[in-house]
Amino acid sequence: MKVLQDFLDNVKPHFEEGGKFKKYWPVYDGLATFLFVPGHPTEKGGAHVRDGIDLKRTMNTVIMALIPTLLFGMWNVGFHHFHALGVDATFFEQFLFGAIKVLPLVVVSYGVGLGVEFLFCIIKGHQINEGYLVTGMLIPLIMPVDMPLWMLALSVIFAVVIGKEVFGGTGMNIFNPALLARAFAFFAYPAFMSGDSVWINTSTKAGQTVVDGFSGATVLGDLAATGVTSYSALDAFIGTIPGSIGETSVIAIMLGAGLLIFTGIGSWRIILSALAGGAVMGLIFNAVAPYALSETQQAFMAVPFWHQLIVGGFAFGIVYMATDPVSGARTNKGKWIYGFLIGFLAIMIRVFNPAYPEGVMLAILFMNTMAPLVDHYVLEANIKRRKKRSSKKVGA
Amino acid sequence: MSDVIKIKRGVDIKLVGEAESNFAKPTAIETAAIKPDDFNGVRFKLAVKEGEEVKAGTPLLYNKDHEQVKFCSPVSGEVAQIVRGAKRKILEVRVLADKETQFEDFGAVDPKSLPREEIINKLTASGCWPFFKERPYNVVADPEKEPKAIFISGFDSAPLAPKMQLLLEGQEKEFQTGIYALQQLTAGKIHLGLNENGPASPVFANIDGITITKYDGPHPAGLVGVHINKLDPINSGEKVWTITPEHIVIIGRLFLEGKFDARIKIALTGSEVNERNYHETIIGAAVKPFVSDNTTEGNNRIISGNILTGTKIKEDGYLSFYERQITVIPEGDQPELFGWVIPKTDKFSISRTLPSWFQRQLGEVKYKLDTGLHGERRAFVVSGEYEEVFPFDIFPVQLIKSIMINDIEAMENLGIYEVVEEDFALCEVICTSKIPVQKIVREGLDMMKQEVG
Repeated sequence: MKVLQDFLDNVKPHFEEGGKFKKYWPVYDGLATFLFVPGHPTEKGGAHVRDGIDLKRTMNTVIMALIPTLLFGMWNVGFHHFHALGVDATFFEQFLFGAIKVLPLVVVSYGVGLGVEFLFCIIKGHQINEGYLVTGMLIPLIMPVDMPLWMLALSVIFAVVIGKEVFGGTGMNIFNPALLARAFAFFAYPAFMSGDSVWINTSTKAGQTVVDGFSGATVLGDLAATGVTSYSALDAFIGTIPGSIGETSVIAIMLGAGLLIFTGIGSWRIILSALAGGAVMGLIFNAVAPYALSETQQAFMAVPFWHQLIVGGFAFGIVYMATDPVSGARTNKGKWIYGFLIGFLAIMIRVFNPAYPEGVMLAILFMNTMAPLVDHYVLEANIKRRKKRSSKKVGA
Repeated sequence: MSDVIKIKRGVDIKLVGEAESNFAKPTAIETAAIKPDDFNGVRFKLAVKEGEEVKAGTPLLYNKDHEQVKFCSPVSGEVAQIVRGAKRKILEVRVLADKETQFEDFGAVDPKSLPREEIINKLTASGCWPFFKERPYNVVADPEKEPKAIFISGFDSAPLAPKMQLLLEGQEKEFQTGIYALQQLTAGKIHLGLNENGPASPVFANIDGITITKYDGPHPAGLVGVHINKLDPINSGEKVWTITPEHIVIIGRLFLEGKFDARIKIALTGSEVNERNYHETIIGAAVKPFVSDNTTEGNNRIISGNILTGTKIKEDGYLSFYERQITVIPEGDQPELFGWVIPKTDKFSISRTLPSWFQRQLGEVKYKLDTGLHGERRAFVVSGEYEEVFPFDIFPVQLIKSIMINDIEAMENLGIYEVVEEDFALCEVICTSKIPVQKIVREGLDMMKQEVG
């Protein structure tokens, strides 16, 4: 430990004013503060002691909350692969296969994303912020497993540059960067982001073929196309259904949600109200299902409201993406409205627009845009109350 | 019966280092100082030169904008040094104390028999006026204005705060006389806030002319800002004055004895103090006699005041004008390997990402906190955090942001007139992004005062 600190102290002058690598100060600073929380004391005035929490710990907690979905996602990839090929495999083989498929996505996401962040920080002379630690983990989890790595890299670059850096970095962005990466890929490469063939890896070795009549469609893909699905609600709850890597298992997501809510990092208000919003829309659809135009639509609308909440990316979206404090509503009252509308719109988009088999991405991005407006009205109420109080006094 | 107001939002940071409930042997006062930085909104002008002899109550400084407002010497003796900083700004006026204090005579008189102007004249001339702080802006009160009410907090809920019973012991008569003087200053009420969950000072038991309200809850329940916000919030154009009970006692003495008798009691607290008890001293006393040979080895920070709002001073520094406490805690200037992952048990946190929350559920833990920032400054990321410890009908983060972007109208709308720095102290402590909240609030208040007045 001492050795490490000494080493950092030794090389530090090279990165400081007048040093050879002055330009790369953000790189040094980023690594040094990753290893050591700097020994900065509080200032002369103001509060002299501080809470033990910092943004790195906050971000780290979110990553912890993502681990169950990552691990389950890895296994699920392997499970569906061998299932599609009709090959028996042990749990360990399934997991290993999935890990080999998923880890490169994670590595590329972090590598490219952090690379872009470092580049920006060097150009602008800023400190590296830890925001990408979470984004970098979220992005692979909301992508299909067979996404080409270059496509992922492009999406990441788009998300970091357009989603975050142009606004001024962590804490300043309007949209959730991870969702922006997905939206980019979704609209730029729709063939790789939707349909029946991207969700399950069916790459075959010599002598293997995909089982006859195998369909790799997701539950929502099925529902949008035919109004029925072969996967049961229990499958969806456990997560043994095709889908983006991290989104399938409601159980894994609930573990993460538990950690986020318990630590207070994720807003329970948003999660709860989004569930309520989704349920309300689901119930409305249930009620009006008989009046839908096509039979497919009728069947899709008649899917029980609770079933809607456990399929697709809904659960993942409301737990990990809607709760992003930077792009979401910041007032407690605002969070209720924000969350509710996300849930409501997500189910609406999903059912009404078969071109977008999952609505939660668009619902959250839309509400990201609306969040400042929601907060504005919450603040206005407070301001009005204050003004009314003033005028009453003057009148009296 | 008095009303009880429940304060839900807030937190008590329990620390090692409370003062024992007894008084140390009196230490002779050698020097004292008036520090202009303790006062907001005053343009200072010197009234003395180095080497001049002064009595207790002789003006050392006065306010350029209200020349009648004097800042008087708490001791008699020789003006030893006028310490100046950059641009010749006056930092300290130090007075070498005589063994026997000589007092200026302001004349004993019953405050009830005096009209408002004469009370004000007496208070401003004797050095008692700066005891009154004015909201909005947290500045020394303007003697030409009348406040709609005066608020007094009868308890201190800050970490390691001294007990009011000990600070005020046996001063019923002085306190009551002081209250009579205060009554002349406002047509409104004089509010005294007391703690629902603790013994109140017997001094408050039978006092005429005050309205008592009790508060139940964690810090900041004891801050006058909270009391004002709950009882009679400040509207645009209104003024409220605040003052502490020990300063009312000094005002009482002025009317009873005709002297500026600046004796106060303070508590010596903090984990790094060896013998922690209460001391009798005076406003602006040198802290050296209390802390030298009485703190642990190592790099410590001496704070004039408490850990939330006090000021770091050197060992040869002086007690700040408004403070009732000296706190010594260790400096936290050591880097920590992977300090952002390891769930350390010696850190306080309101979040549940550290063991702190569990420790507090299991029983009363007292922390030995150092001055470490435990992280680096960031932009606002986390939301809903300040609201947990901010019991005002105000949106704290949005107000801070409006200050950061110098948006005067937004600041006004969001309630800047109702708050002062100390109200945000807990927000600053718990901030994940390590934002210097109190400093920003001060800047906002200064800006508003300049632009709006």
